[in-house]
Amino acid sequence: MKSLSEIETTVKRATKASGYSWGVAEETAKCVRLLESFGLPGIKHINKYFSQRKENSFQNLNLILEKNQPPAKSYCPIILGVSFLDQSKSLEFLKKIELNNVAYPSIFLAFVSRASEIIGKKIHINLDKKEIILNLNLNIYSNIPNNEFPSIANHLEISFLENIDNFLEEEWKNLYKLSEDTFVEESESLKQGGAGAGLTDND
Amino acid sequence: MQVELRDPNTIMKLSRLGSFHQSKLSFLRSFLNEFKDWEYKQDLFNLDENGYGEAVYSFRKDKRVYSLVCFANHIKDEERSDRVIATKWDAAFTLHDGVPGKKDIERLKNEVPKQEVGRLSYKELTLSRANKSVRLFNHVTESLSQGLQPDLNLLSKVGYLYRTTAVYGSGKFGLADRFRIKNREEINGPFRLEMMLVYLVRQFTFDQVNHVAYHKNPKKAVKLDERISKNLGIGNSTGLGMAPFIVNHPTLLNNWILSREIALKKIREIKDVNKNDSELFIDCVKKSLTNITSWNTDSEYQKNKINNLLKDVQKFLKFIENNFDFTREYPFNSIYEWLEQETCEECIEYVVSIMMEPYSEITEPLVKEMSSEEEKYFNIPAHRTVEDLRNIIEKKYPNILEINFEKKENNQNFWFISKNKEEPRLADRFEEHGSELEQPLAIARDIKKLYEILLVSKNSQTVSDFLIKNSDLRHVIRRVFIVEKFPYSEIQDNTIGKNIMPIDMLRLKLSFFGALKFDPRSDKWLRICMFQGAPLSHELKNYDEQWVYKTKI
Repeated sequence: MKSLSEIETTVKRATKASGYSWGVAEETAKCVRLLESFGLPGIKHINKYFSQRKENSFQNLNLILEKNQPPAKSYCPIILGVSFLDQSKSLEFLKKIELNNVAYPSIFLAFVSRASEIIGKKIHINLDKKEIILNLNLNIYSNIPNNEFPSIANHLEISFLENIDNFLEEEWKNLYKLSEDTFVEESESLKQGGAGAGLTDND
Repeated sequence: MQVELRDPNTIMKLSRLGSFHQSKLSFLRSFLNEFKDWEYKQDLFNLDENGYGEAVYSFRKDKRVYSLVCFANHIKDEERSDRVIATKWDAAFTLHDGVPGKKDIERLKNEVPKQEVGRLSYKELTLSRANKSVRLFNHVTESLSQGLQPDLNLLSKVGYLYRTTAVYGSGKFGLADRFRIKNREEINGPFRLEMMLVYLVRQFTFDQVNHVAYHKNPKKAVKLDERISKNLGIGNSTGLGMAPFIVNHPTLLNNWILSREIALKKIREIKDVNKNDSELFIDCVKKSLTNITSWNTDSEYQKNKINNLLKDVQKFLKFIENNFDFTREYPFNSIYEWLEQETCEECIEYVVSIMMEPYSEITEPLVKEMSSEEEKYFNIPAHRTVEDLRNIIEKKYPNILEINFEKKENNQNFWFISKNKEEPRLADRFEEHGSELEQPLAIARDIKKLYEILLVSKNSQTVSDFLIKNSDLRHVIRRVFIVEKFPYSEIQDNTIGKNIMPIDMLRLKLSFFGALKFDPRSDKWLRICMFQGAPLSHELKNYDEQWVYKTKI
């Protein structure tokens, strides 16, 4: 089994050898390491992407907008990912970001996962009608089986989830009420002596 | 009195970093301190009469066990090499997590002796190999087998029976990643497992030499005197592989240096020093002279440094004994100021290390701060502005901005990774091919380049926008935001200049390991000794903390 440290070092070198800067190579290496640690196809997809890159050219998207024009060629997931990471603090104010024709979206997802941690919000992605939740870089949840992660995302919709409860107030109240069963009802003497402080502070 | 931390622009210069010495903060000393109450055991010793075979040693406490698995092999003299290109070694070792079963030992027997071309598993934590100092090993076995103890003069010239040539950890060749073990309190400090491996290897070398001597002449053989064993360490031969580490781990480097600087600051701020503490300090300086006078090297560069050090330490002792009153206020501050005025860098840092000896209450909490969660500081705060970036550079890299990289001598060398051994190397950019594949270790040059572009960029532009057109500088932009928070994270010097001494980078790291007797074999590799004078395994529960200054050979 390859260690994550070996994965990171090798991906960094391979990314540099594929023509990216050292700084971008460092970012990519972190992302592939992340995918592999989550059990997602990082090495498999970066390898395929670099192989295809020798034959075909891909388009770079440096400035991400709410709606991005469908590219003539597929978007490079690395440059798109780095741009998303760098712009995440301004992108979070957009309601929804739409992207088309993204090559190897699993690679891009790792960058978005890191952005989720930076901005402190969960991120929801709709990838050709499949669901993905990026949870503050703690895990990536999706209903796409690993071996079915596509090599192209035809349409991606990215939305930032507000930090709100994902349960009803009623459900919370019920649970809280149950938790109260661990508390002791205070008698007069417990009120006097249990806390240590006085009953009034009007001195 | 408030003493300022020393200026990173002085301390982080290569010549200063290359003058650092071991101290109470060094990892091998803090390792011994943290593992002194662990149970040490030899679990297996299955060597033939020539000393070849397997052995297992362990440290255990409660349910945790770390086991050193050793494989000693016969190699021909012509196969013995300290260079990383070697493929065979006298012995190979791995530190196994837990108790290795028979199957583990069989698996490891196939892989560990192969080192870089073998595959380890997540159950192994560190990997190493070592070669005998043949002359010494043979002399010791021969003497012991005749019922005699070895010649101390000969031992003192080398200081060890075996010399390791690499110690690997943190996921190399399939070893366990750091994340798997990072929550174990006992190995929170840096390089604990590497130190454990080297310490247990030292014990193996004594057991092996006794074993071989016994089988040579069972009737007459005696064991190596424990007082002699104690004064032998483990050698290490180190090349450029270590140099990029300190560039590639900026927050870790900061935490090492910052701990040392905080210790010095706190010691200088002690108003009244009690007699026991001042006597311990002076005693250590005096006794440490043995370490200097027994420091052998053929390197003219190092001989010169040792001579200057010896001269200055003697001058310092004269000053302390004749012109200094320890009952004055803030005596260590006065000593430090005197050292800065009167002695060389090597001596300043030497005495700074010894100043820590009486003050465990200062150093022990700092030992806990010497690791780093580097991932936390990896992301670039790309929402910040070009103005922020420029201001940080002006404040944190003033000397680097003065270097003219248009001059050939300031841009003479480049760092690269060799294809055959995947090891870092340094070469002349104008004489050798390959500079187009330069590694990102010319930090000073790239910072200067970044600064020059920032000067003509709009102040209000975000770093995110700036990066769109300047992706090639991303690696140094990350570093600028790191040095903003971590003042000692950057070498404030040119790592590609004509006059660079790469061994300064090695010495810095090795001093934090706790190495003694740096012996440069060229400007790119050196030999050192570790654990010389350290307590033997059975003495760990109660040992003299200042053992390092009390070696007898």
